[in-house]
Amino acid sequence: MSHLLDVKGLSIRFGGVQAVNKVDFHADPGEIVGVIGPNGAGKTTLFNIITGFYSPDEGTMIFDGHNISGLKPNALTRLGMARTFQSVRLFNAMTVLENAMVGQHTRTKAGVWGALTRSSKTKSEEDRIRERAREVLAFFGDRLSGREDALASDLAYADRRRLEIARAMATDAKLLLLDEPAAGMNPAEKDGLISQIGRLRSELGYSIILIEHDMPVIKSVSDRVVALDHGEKITEGTYDEVSTNKQVIEAYLGKAAEESHL
Amino acid sequence: MTTQSAAGSRYRLFLERFPVRRFVLVLLALVIAYGGAAGSIATLRAGRFSGEVWANLFISGVARGSVYAIIALGYTLVYGILFIINFAHGEVFMAGAFTAYFVAVGLASKGMLESNPIISIGILFVVSSLVSMGVAILLERIAYRPLRGAPRLVPLITAIGASLFLQYTFRGFYGANARAYPTIPAIQGTWEIGSFPVQKVHLISILGAVALWLVLFWIVERTRVGREMRAVGEDREIAALMGVDVDRTIVFTFGIGGALAGAAGILYVFLFNQVIFTMGFFPGLKAFTAAVLGGIGSITGAALGGLILGILETVGPNLFLDGAGVPSPNQLIPIVAFGILVLVLIFLPGGFLGAPDDKSRA
Repeated sequence: MSHLLDVKGLSIRFGGVQAVNKVDFHADPGEIVGVIGPNGAGKTTLFNIITGFYSPDEGTMIFDGHNISGLKPNALTRLGMARTFQSVRLFNAMTVLENAMVGQHTRTKAGVWGALTRSSKTKSEEDRIRERAREVLAFFGDRLSGREDALASDLAYADRRRLEIARAMATDAKLLLLDEPAAGMNPAEKDGLISQIGRLRSELGYSIILIEHDMPVIKSVSDRVVALDHGEKITEGTYDEVSTNKQVIEAYLGKAAEESHL
Repeated sequence: MTTQSAAGSRYRLFLERFPVRRFVLVLLALVIAYGGAAGSIATLRAGRFSGEVWANLFISGVARGSVYAIIALGYTLVYGILFIINFAHGEVFMAGAFTAYFVAVGLASKGMLESNPIISIGILFVVSSLVSMGVAILLERIAYRPLRGAPRLVPLITAIGASLFLQYTFRGFYGANARAYPTIPAIQGTWEIGSFPVQKVHLISILGAVALWLVLFWIVERTRVGREMRAVGEDREIAALMGVDVDRTIVFTFGIGGALAGAAGILYVFLFNQVIFTMGFFPGLKAFTAAVLGGIGSITGAALGGLILGILETVGPNLFLDGAGVPSPNQLIPIVAFGILVLVLIFLPGGFLGAPDDKSRA
């Protein structure tokens, strides 16, 4: 099977810091890959490179058969990659529905004049955008659908994270990159998130890469776990393989933490 | 610790915490309020103006405030998306109204202004709006786009330069003289509302401004481009990520602000009948004041600020100053307008509807 995302020898350096160092990384269609590593290991930097926010010093990146090195984030969104952010970046002054609708803008292209003159084509496109936005909101049940006219800033924190995922879904992506989706969630919300991530794949066919500090979440959802430290990939494999890897335990959890955390 | 030293430190604490700045400001506010109230009472006691005069002043204030409001929309839109103050916006306004003057003269020479006033007025609006829109878009492309990401003082200085550049360019095109707009007989005189006569130009300015404001509100809140404008204003990077064409959205914002300024230019000449290459300066500054008063970045705020400023300008001097014995108070309109700007900046930096804590992004 050819990989959906295939990254080889990726490196980036910020001044004296080798933030990512020769990382090989891949994700297959329909796979859920967990990325773990201590703070500063280079996880988010890796995301930023893959999604085009940074351009790497070295390395090749193939996504869905396209060479994506040097492409801008919006081009990558068009190719079918969508992401969320560690610090949620919604359009706070816009409604829940509008946030999800903006996600569809990459798939539609009514011009300015069409939008102003309200041609029937624009109108039906606008209807389609709204319909698709409602569809992705409905994935999260009533929490978002029931509040589609609320401002994004008025949502509870966990719902803001959900809305960000919904907006990413609305871009009609194949691959979702989720940066710490469980951050700030309580145990019940995390359980909900785990089942939603599972459904994103099983019902909607997304491939998912997620960065997460929360080990139970990683354990529950990941087919494969990649561990980074100091910008390098230490190991990868199933959760059980990675979580018993000596290097990972030392780097990520600390020697003494082995029993209590795993 | 003894009681005595505790009392001493409490006294010192009071001195340190005494809000000197706030005290001075409140004192200032009280003095202004007292002056205004005393002047108003004296004016009303003297009874120099009848109720009808006050009503007329009020309506002409609403009319001129409506024009300020429409110009203010241009400031507020651009600020909302780029966080810069386009100080050349007054010249965008001038460019349209001044160019349309020549069209008006042409129409007048063919008798169109008498025979077909509605079509003529329509033509004037279209010409003025298109010219202003073009100037605004060029301004963005030439003066502001290369400076995106520069510290915000830089585009501000550029704006002032662009403002003078445009003034003297149009002086070169059209000459340095003030020119009287040809009159359109159909909109002279008054309409009776009930039994109260209202000048036609006042009513047209007010209704025209309301229509323009509604159209803009609809665009921003209900259309795709409006959604894109708001998205770019809030987070340009994410908007781009979601497939919004940021450059096109910014051009559109300047274009629509310019078109509104051009339309406001025609309303303005209905009220004031005259064009000159410097005509953008005061209306521009006053519209900026209106935008700040209402809360810059807010569309509703621009309308509110414009109306308040217009009414204060016409009613204010007569009410506050006449009774206080100030000779020819209407000469002091700019003092009212810019006095308000200073007071708003002191007491309510975010304006009525703005978010003061949002200014850090500017």
